[in-house]
Amino acid sequence: MSLPRELAELQRRIRDVASSYGLDFFTTVFEMVSWAEMNTVAAYDGFPVRYPHWRFGMAFDQISKSYSWGLSKIYELVINNDPCYAYLLRGNSMVDQKLVIAHVYAHCDFFKNNLWFAPTNRHMIDELASHATRIQRHGQAEGHEDVETFLDSCLSLDNMIDIYSPYSPRRPRNGKNGHNGDEPEERAKPVRFEAKPYMESFINPPKFIEEQRQEIDEARRQPAAYPERPERDILRFLMEEAPLRSWQRDVLSMVRDEAYYFAPQRLTKIMNEGWASYWHSRMMTEKLLDPSEVVDFAERHSGAMAVQPGQINPYKLGIELFRNVEERWDKGRFGKEYDECDDLDVKRNWDTGLGRGREKIFEVRRIYNDVTFVDEFLTDGFCEDAKMFTWEFNPKTGRKEITGRDCREIKDKLLQSLANGGQPVIEVTDGNFRNRGELVLSHRHDGEDLDLGQAGETMRHLHHLWTRPVHIETMLEGRPRRLSFDGESHETADL
Amino acid sequence: MVQKIDLDHTRFRQIVRGSIRRDLRKHIANGSLIARRGEKTVTIPLPRIQIPRFRYGSNEGGGVGQGQGDPGDPIDGDEAGQGQGEAGDKAGEHELEVEVSLEELARILGEELELPNIQPRGKKQLTTEVNRYTGIRRVGPASLRHLKRTFKRALKREIASGNFERSGGVVVPVPDDMRYRSWEPRMIPESNAVIVYMMDVSGSMGDEQKEIVRIEAFWIDTWLKSQYKQIETRYVVHDAEAKEVDEHTFFHLRESGGTKISSAYELCESIIAADYPPEEWNIYPFHFSDGDNWSGGDTARCLDLLRERLLPKVNVFCYGQVRSTYGSGQFKNDLDGAFPNDDLVITSDIPDKDGIMGSIKEFLGTGQ
Repeated sequence: MSLPRELAELQRRIRDVASSYGLDFFTTVFEMVSWAEMNTVAAYDGFPVRYPHWRFGMAFDQISKSYSWGLSKIYELVINNDPCYAYLLRGNSMVDQKLVIAHVYAHCDFFKNNLWFAPTNRHMIDELASHATRIQRHGQAEGHEDVETFLDSCLSLDNMIDIYSPYSPRRPRNGKNGHNGDEPEERAKPVRFEAKPYMESFINPPKFIEEQRQEIDEARRQPAAYPERPERDILRFLMEEAPLRSWQRDVLSMVRDEAYYFAPQRLTKIMNEGWASYWHSRMMTEKLLDPSEVVDFAERHSGAMAVQPGQINPYKLGIELFRNVEERWDKGRFGKEYDECDDLDVKRNWDTGLGRGREKIFEVRRIYNDVTFVDEFLTDGFCEDAKMFTWEFNPKTGRKEITGRDCREIKDKLLQSLANGGQPVIEVTDGNFRNRGELVLSHRHDGEDLDLGQAGETMRHLHHLWTRPVHIETMLEGRPRRLSFDGESHETADL
Repeated sequence: MVQKIDLDHTRFRQIVRGSIRRDLRKHIANGSLIARRGEKTVTIPLPRIQIPRFRYGSNEGGGVGQGQGDPGDPIDGDEAGQGQGEAGDKAGEHELEVEVSLEELARILGEELELPNIQPRGKKQLTTEVNRYTGIRRVGPASLRHLKRTFKRALKREIASGNFERSGGVVVPVPDDMRYRSWEPRMIPESNAVIVYMMDVSGSMGDEQKEIVRIEAFWIDTWLKSQYKQIETRYVVHDAEAKEVDEHTFFHLRESGGTKISSAYELCESIIAADYPPEEWNIYPFHFSDGDNWSGGDTARCLDLLRERLLPKVNVFCYGQVRSTYGSGQFKNDLDGAFPNDDLVITSDIPDKDGIMGSIKEFLGTGQ
């Protein structure tokens, strides 16, 4: 439903305020929804139409329950699309609606301007609707059960993408299917330099040429690596190499497209929420709030900033980092001179009157993602001011305990949890293992083991697509191991 | 868009239902469901239904937080409720809890154990009178006036009398046109049932045995409730003598001393005689014991009581023998010996919690 007049006016006012601060967004369409509709849309990740699948039903079940038990309420829901769509909950108080609208405009600015969102499809709302139709059509043709089972398998692998690949030119794959092992088209020849006849035996010594020829022959007898180099976009590899029927390939390609569409949101959670919170707070306190609304706003805002023990709240960390960056660039607290200053008192009162804070945060929101953002701007001073700490599980007491407040360690741990969008890095290294068409994935272990139970289940799904035995090489408790699944049983072997 | 989520939601519920069914044996053996029973529903904890992915395991490596505290300070709240060093309670990791109506649960139980629907005893069926609105009559209270029929009547009359043309199509009913809905009483078969639980609470029945009885009684209740419109439950405990108690006492009472089973059968018989005339009620006595009786003489008395006084009145008499360290298990042999081919007596041996499912099947599998 479109907005009632009062809210429509409010929206125009907030839009103008946001523009006046320099925020630059797609046209934003607000829809007024009941809580039941809100829960539905939330279950669909913000989109009105998705393909039929039980996981949306499960999400809906959980969201509705936690809403009806009063545990949580969704305030804000906005999707990266042109135009942006956002939802307002009917029955919210005016101050809540203001807050949400302001917050949403900052999100839209972020979607439009942050580089990591640049490759995303801005007409995803249409695209997802078309996915829904296509999947339904496949269901009608192939049987809904089969399509659902296949979708389950695809979804189980939907984090097996190369989230950074949209930002670099696509490497063409040597699209040959290893199962039939075709010969490469052209035979390589020994390199022979041009030479005058009388110099021939010196410039191209026959012995060397012969050696080269033998090497080439030798290399040809060795089967070519398949894939040529490890590939992280496993979904693409499967699309091109797994023995899929055409509807299956189509389903897999849709799952993959959606995974790539949602990936940047995982890469910029702290920044995106931080940016939106920074701006709603500024717009509300500087321009929008009635005096009578201040207390309600403060309560709502602090609720959003609350931290759970041992967890990072992206809203809070994000807004604090943005404010910190703005202050540092306003006061010139960066660079060689500042870093090398030993006098704490001088440092604390350092102010060169540079005044480039605003400019800097706009630059940051344009080119950084969570990893680079934290890496660059999480300074010692910030860690201390934000009271950050590291914690670990203590087996003796059976509890999680604070281990320290060393900024380096904090940063390491935080970055590790953010790297690759919080997903393990897994590549396909061999599609013709043991020359029997078996698939080998390698997990690049960076200190944390895979969840074994889930890995086993995921391999079932992988096998469903690949149809030949599948393996994953990883480390378990410090030892390199290979987990295998041949369609019937799981096996674990030392490497 | 709301309808579409309903489809997904229904599908999800189906999957949940399938999962309950698959793990029914586990749910039955593990008595935790009983504590979660509400008036009409039961909450079942399920392993999270989810799409598995390659992902990191439990976060034993720790993490980063924000807030006050010194190194060594615990951050996970009060010690209470932590239990057995189980950490890794990340957000969104909690178990899935689904609410299932008892009716639905009974259906799942029925499907899984292939329980036949119960045929209430034929000739003794009880009937109730209900009113059904089936006809039309000319007198009645205004609240039952049938407008359409009334106007049809009036229209017919007006047309027949030629008034219709003259008045320009205005139809005014007169009292004679009035039609009212009428009802007629119908007899519909209605079956009521009473369950009389009897349990041996003598010293040899330990907590574990009582737990088994409790779980078994829960499932029997669930099934029979789905089969009868109205169901009553009575509880009798006995050691050397029997007394009637309420549900809570029944499952929690702790007694010691000897066992005289006949005392329970006598009490059961008198309860039935007082409140449940067999022509009107389907009667289900269930007796649980570890199989020890005071003396052969008392056993003989029990068999007499059964044969003469109880069996003629009941749908089926069920005896569940819970295995205990001390019990000899003799009573089941005696029953089996005395009623070798009698459909009315079902005995079942319940060695442990895993045996509950089989025993339910034995008790309820005949559809009596």
